[in-house]
Amino acid sequence: MEQKTTLKSVFLNGIITENPTFRLVLGTCPTMAVTTSATNGIGMGAAATFVLVGSNIVISLLRNFIPDKIRIPSFIVVICTFVTMVQMFMQAFLPSLYSSLGIFLPLIVVNCIILARAEAFASKNTVLHSAADGIGMGIGFTLALTLIGSIREILGNGTIFGATVFGASFKPMLLLILPAGGFIVYGLLLALFNVAGAKAAGKKEAKKQ
Amino acid sequence: MSPIVKILLFMFSCVLTNNYIFSRFLGCCPFLGVSNKVETAVGMGIAVTFVMALASLFTYFVYYYILVPLSLTYLNTIAFILVIASLVQVVEMFLKKSAPSLYGALGIYLPLITTNCAVLGVTILNITEGHNLLYSVLNGTFGALGFLLAIVLMAGVRERLESAKIAAPLKGFPISLVIAGLMSIAFLGFSNMFAGVA
Repeated sequence: MEQKTTLKSVFLNGIITENPTFRLVLGTCPTMAVTTSATNGIGMGAAATFVLVGSNIVISLLRNFIPDKIRIPSFIVVICTFVTMVQMFMQAFLPSLYSSLGIFLPLIVVNCIILARAEAFASKNTVLHSAADGIGMGIGFTLALTLIGSIREILGNGTIFGATVFGASFKPMLLLILPAGGFIVYGLLLALFNVAGAKAAGKKEAKKQ
Repeated sequence: MSPIVKILLFMFSCVLTNNYIFSRFLGCCPFLGVSNKVETAVGMGIAVTFVMALASLFTYFVYYYILVPLSLTYLNTIAFILVIASLVQVVEMFLKKSAPSLYGALGIYLPLITTNCAVLGVTILNITEGHNLLYSVLNGTFGALGFLLAIVLMAGVRERLESAKIAAPLKGFPISLVIAGLMSIAFLGFSNMFAGVA
């Protein structure tokens, strides 16, 4: 029973308490670069989730065999294998998403979230827990990217998942689709999450007292 | 247009119009992580320039003389990251032996560079954009100088911010991101600078 609750908490940890995008502020490059639309956000999130789960499982399986000194290069090779798989799958089955994610697909290799989870979690925990951690972190990352992508797409282009939201009279704020918009939207969202986090922490304190 | 003018234009566009941070979002992690002080920002920038120039050179040969003849081009990501990781290791050992003072200044940044996406990014972009050897190395060097410019500017702003009054939720990353956004708007001003010439 205890095992079950910890699995659940490991899973939720990635989505809420240690959300990679809003709490840990890791993997910022793809977070801002590909989120010009909600679809791109989901695509990037799904690709990263697949790599995260795969690499977490494999690294957790190999954790007793990999010598400590060469663990980082070994992790990178494992991660790279999964990234190349995703790249080939996407090129074959989702060519339009493949071209809109462009260079950021191979760059999942150096996404700090994946290496950080390999180093901090998968190399120290059982396979089941590592898989749960990968899924949780991946979903947290996907949700964050979709949120940022939706905001930028709605305000910057007047659409969501390609469907028009506002009438023809809506003048899109082009700035939000441009790189500058990525920085600003992400910064303001981080501030919002800080406010929410501080409020939640305050409530917990009040309950304790 | 003479080739020299072309090369000069390419160099300037790498630094200003196609700045890796502000228009391509490559290398944002160190850009946000190591931009607290101007001094450390300069160190990081120089270390990145060094590795990026070398990485562009080496990956060019690895791709065109090893991967292409063996028709293993789909392995480029894995090959490049290994080249970069070993390059960083070699540079680190070389500096430790031959230039201890430089090593003291740059040493701590070198391991971080392996996972700097600008380095892997530039090597992959060199291939996808079909640059020749000269342009690949120029792209690496001047792209990294653009990174240096951005991170030093950012560090200058953040040093000032320390004494400024900022609302609590905006402290740290959020305000840095908003500032980066404003800087990116400023860099947009360069975007059509070379349109008339090129």
